[in-house]
Amino acid sequence: MDIFIPSKEISGCGLSGIINRKGELVSGQLIIESICCQMERGNGLGAGYAAYGIYPEFAEYYCLHVMADSKHALKEVEEILAHKCYLVHQERIPTRPTPGILSPPRFRRYFVKPRYEGDLREICEGTVDEDDYMVELVMRINKNVSGAYVISSGRNMGAFKGVGFPDQIANFFRIEEYSAYIWTAHNRFPTNTPGWWGGAHPFTILDWSIVHNGEISSYGTNRRYLEMFGYHCTLLTDTEVVAYLLDLLIRRHGLPIELACMALAPPFWQEIDRMEEPDRSVCTAIRAVYGAAMLNGPFAILFAYNGGLVGLNDRVKLRPLVAARKGDFAYMASEEAAIRAICPDPEEVWCPKAGEPVIVELEPDTIPNQRSYLRGEPFKISAPVCRFPIAEEEEEE
Amino acid sequence: MAFEIDAKDLHYRELNKLIRRAVAQGEKELVIRNVNGQRYLAAGVSAEVKIDVYGTPGLDLGAFMRGPEIRVHGNTQDGAGNTMDDGKIIVEGMAGDVVGYAMRGGKIHVASDVGYRVGIHMKAYMDKVPVIIIGGKAGDFLGEYMAGGIIILLGINSRYPERPIAGIFLGTGMHGGVIYIRGGIPESQLGRALQIEPIDEEDRHQLEHYLEEYCRDFGYDLKEVLAEDFVKVRPTTHRPYGKLYAY
Amino acid sequence: MSPEKENSAKAASKSPKKTRRKKLQFSKLYPDFLIDRDPEKCINCKLCIRECTYGAHGWDKKRETMTEDHSKCVGCHRCEATCPTGALTIRKHPSAFREHDTWKPWFIKNVYKQADTGGVLLAATGCAVPFRNYWDHLVLDACQVTNPPIDPLREPMELRTYLGPKPDQIEVDLEDGKFQLRTKIGPWIKLEVPIMFAAMSYGAISLHVHQGLARAAKELGTLYNTGEGGLHASLYQYGSNTIVQCASGRFGLHVDYLNAGVAIEIKIGQGAKPGIGGHLPGEKVTEEISKTRMIPVGSDAISPAPHHDIYSIEDLRGLIYALKEATEYKKLVFVKIAAVHNAPAIASGIVRAGADVVVLDGLRGGTGAAPTMFRDYVGIPIELALAAVDERLRQEGIRNQASLVVSGGIRCSADVVKAIALGADAVYIGTPALIACGCTMCGRCFTGKCPWGIATNNPELIKRLDPETAFEKIYNLVHGWAHEIQEMLGAMGLNSIESLRGNRDKLRAVGLNEVELRILGVKHAGE
Repeated sequence: MDIFIPSKEISGCGLSGIINRKGELVSGQLIIESICCQMERGNGLGAGYAAYGIYPEFAEYYCLHVMADSKHALKEVEEILAHKCYLVHQERIPTRPTPGILSPPRFRRYFVKPRYEGDLREICEGTVDEDDYMVELVMRINKNVSGAYVISSGRNMGAFKGVGFPDQIANFFRIEEYSAYIWTAHNRFPTNTPGWWGGAHPFTILDWSIVHNGEISSYGTNRRYLEMFGYHCTLLTDTEVVAYLLDLLIRRHGLPIELACMALAPPFWQEIDRMEEPDRSVCTAIRAVYGAAMLNGPFAILFAYNGGLVGLNDRVKLRPLVAARKGDFAYMASEEAAIRAICPDPEEVWCPKAGEPVIVELEPDTIPNQRSYLRGEPFKISAPVCRFPIAEEEEEE
Repeated sequence: MAFEIDAKDLHYRELNKLIRRAVAQGEKELVIRNVNGQRYLAAGVSAEVKIDVYGTPGLDLGAFMRGPEIRVHGNTQDGAGNTMDDGKIIVEGMAGDVVGYAMRGGKIHVASDVGYRVGIHMKAYMDKVPVIIIGGKAGDFLGEYMAGGIIILLGINSRYPERPIAGIFLGTGMHGGVIYIRGGIPESQLGRALQIEPIDEEDRHQLEHYLEEYCRDFGYDLKEVLAEDFVKVRPTTHRPYGKLYAY
Repeated sequence: MSPEKENSAKAASKSPKKTRRKKLQFSKLYPDFLIDRDPEKCINCKLCIRECTYGAHGWDKKRETMTEDHSKCVGCHRCEATCPTGALTIRKHPSAFREHDTWKPWFIKNVYKQADTGGVLLAATGCAVPFRNYWDHLVLDACQVTNPPIDPLREPMELRTYLGPKPDQIEVDLEDGKFQLRTKIGPWIKLEVPIMFAAMSYGAISLHVHQGLARAAKELGTLYNTGEGGLHASLYQYGSNTIVQCASGRFGLHVDYLNAGVAIEIKIGQGAKPGIGGHLPGEKVTEEISKTRMIPVGSDAISPAPHHDIYSIEDLRGLIYALKEATEYKKLVFVKIAAVHNAPAIASGIVRAGADVVVLDGLRGGTGAAPTMFRDYVGIPIELALAAVDERLRQEGIRNQASLVVSGGIRCSADVVKAIALGADAVYIGTPALIACGCTMCGRCFTGKCPWGIATNNPELIKRLDPETAFEKIYNLVHGWAHEIQEMLGAMGLNSIESLRGNRDKLRAVGLNEVELRILGVKHAGE
């Protein structure tokens, strides 16, 4: 699986994300067009897609996408699953041979539910929470089974990724055949681990998926912090920590999503010093307690879960991110052109501020197993009023 | 008669080749339609030619260019006017981050907002003075490391009513040039070693001169723009980092 | 009293007329230093006689020339620095022993000293043996193009650090659209730079240096430590920048003292002399010291080896909570230990005993007086101790329950950065602050004759260093270091120190063996 290709020019990665707030399913064709518009942002050494709502008939089950480089590795995984889970269905992930995709690993998907009899004590140590159980299971497989990795592990969602250009990966995984209400896509320009299928984005745990543009210079700190809570980074790419940080802060610790984003991209102390209470105490506490969760280095990330899509920049906005809205759709991408490629005339287009998340959640009760983490105003789109086009402009202010 | 180029589905290399060929053939007016994300348009072009762009240009519009006048009928992405030497860029919507980085001459007029790190390290020499005029608001690090040139920030036509007119770290490392801000700005937004001063007659004269052309570009009312008072931000020293080292 | 003194005293009292055979003092025969006086430049002003506190300069009335007793020169450079014509240079004495790698001059002379006196070798400053200095085998990362470096001159490089236990997670409530903190946090100590001033007792060093340290701590937004000598009355005003120390001798310890600062440090041990207590020679106990420590003038101030109420880890818990109760839980409690073999397990115990901050002082920590054998050979280097403790606390899942502060041989800002990358929350510096005041590391602190006015409380000598100067120099030093740290952080693509803490990926080692790499948790350069 290791192909070493020396990198040539330096550019950034490309991100794109779509969400339909009413849970309407859209074809993968849309996201493919959007990400391919940003072809320049990748070098063919990685691309991937995350799709939500693609397995409606198994919506109650966790779907494990497993990538393995040998039949033997798959067998090992299946043995573990037989032991720890109730398996309702499994199959090969459909692919088609694609020029440019050389020696791909095997991909299978397993629809499972945790099985508690007998093994509860061993894995869960008293917790009956299904999500924790599945996280432990994924960590175990990734750490202990050599040659196999769980690429996604959420309910009614899946990640498809590998080494290739976005159009090649889309063709390989037959992305256009899927319909989802949230799509994210990534076009990679790796310099750190070129050529490894596991290193492509998105990175996931449970139904968290994340695509990331940038480099996390605090990776060493983040990784050691996560290890204290049982998360093991095995995929050799810095982005992996973001998925686990989100799971830890939002799901396990119950932090509101706005504060979790603040922990990842906190305001500067000089800004905190100027704040009034109660904001000042909250921000100081977040920074002091979650300092090791802070992501340092330039980044733009899009992360999604069963219920929402969030875009976030680092606190000095060193990577590009543009958001747009039209009707029930919200779009986020590295470049405005990627949005306009699939939505030529959005109602609003804007650039989010550094360190401030753009949070778009589904309307309530739209999908089964819907999660909502927004504790502030419900269904928030942090969108300002847009005044484009400016043909007849009145002066204001 | 304007020379038309349809940019639909064209890779930026092909598009730029077409542009360069047209310019080499002596065309003085170009119209490019269906632009969506193509980069480096008119990069390095050293000729006086008018280019109308319909769509959303990609990274580094007019980078290193010397002479062309580009009008974008829409928004433009990051890097517009990167190390621009001379010429003019007019943007009818918003521009992205890193506008006019290391600009050495010419003008950039943006109708609406701009992003972060705009006007970094602009330079001037004698009568070669670059100018950036922003109709909306700007993000952090406006005019960082400025060594010369003029930035005028109006805050009038913005899509972000809740944001301050400029972000923090405005003018950090500035050691030359001047930033004019309509309506003033709180000191907490400034970088170190900067002073906010009221404008004098000479400044007023300059502002009128540059804003007159700007208002013409967008059909604005100059009187209304000048109705609110401006302040100017300048460095207190041209050697802000003089006492840094121990040896 | 040493046998030699006793004998001559006896001899003197018994038979004053009998010629005493003068006993040969080997330790006086081979001086360490040579006072090189340039006769062309010397103007016989005799300033050096007044400046030298060891009596190494003299005036021969008959011949009307300056004289030198090289055997008294300790290499403090005071005369050289103050000579108005620059006539003096202090050199290593050229009298050389035959080269021998095992019997280096240091060891030979030490034997002479003990043969002459029968005493325990005494030394000051920190370990002088060339054990591997791990800081000098660690290099730092810098970003190039995949992740650009940050410019600290343009955006804030945040060094702010909060010391104290942090909860595993926090809970918030939503009220009127605003988040309110529900979890109770703190008390925490806010440091604007992750550098504090180490414990150096009033008595070991002069009051003026203490005043300089206190003021510098205040201006820098950090803390200084009183050491075990108690707190002088003039320093109570700097309470919000003070850590008061509770050492085994409990000098100057009363409830006002405990409440004077923002933290109380229980000193179990120090890196320069693990396992033994402090020792302030009687020569240094002046009136003021006597008042502050509450002991007789001229008597040695001894701190016992252990706290006599701590004989097991649960006793430590007892003392910690006794102090917390006495100060109504408003002060953080630090526990300082020397870095020894079992440091990780001890640190774990200390955290579980309820300490808010664990302080590790390594082998190379400084001191005003310690037995040479202890100073040089007892304890382990701080780099290794730090790496092992940090890793162990993380493995046990308790790393956030106490902050980790290290000291012992931090010489420059790069050392600070490396310490934080290995896992420290902050560092203590002692020796650098003294060097900033003019100390030349002559290592004679225990004599009380420090000619620079630093390690003495002799009322005449302390005039040589006024508190204003001490403050300026110390402040400048840390100010320069803070700026350098910001530059190094920026080069690594970090704009906040939280992202460096424990981030061993930012370090690489050069020339270390596999065991050392494993303990430090650092890869070798090139990997």
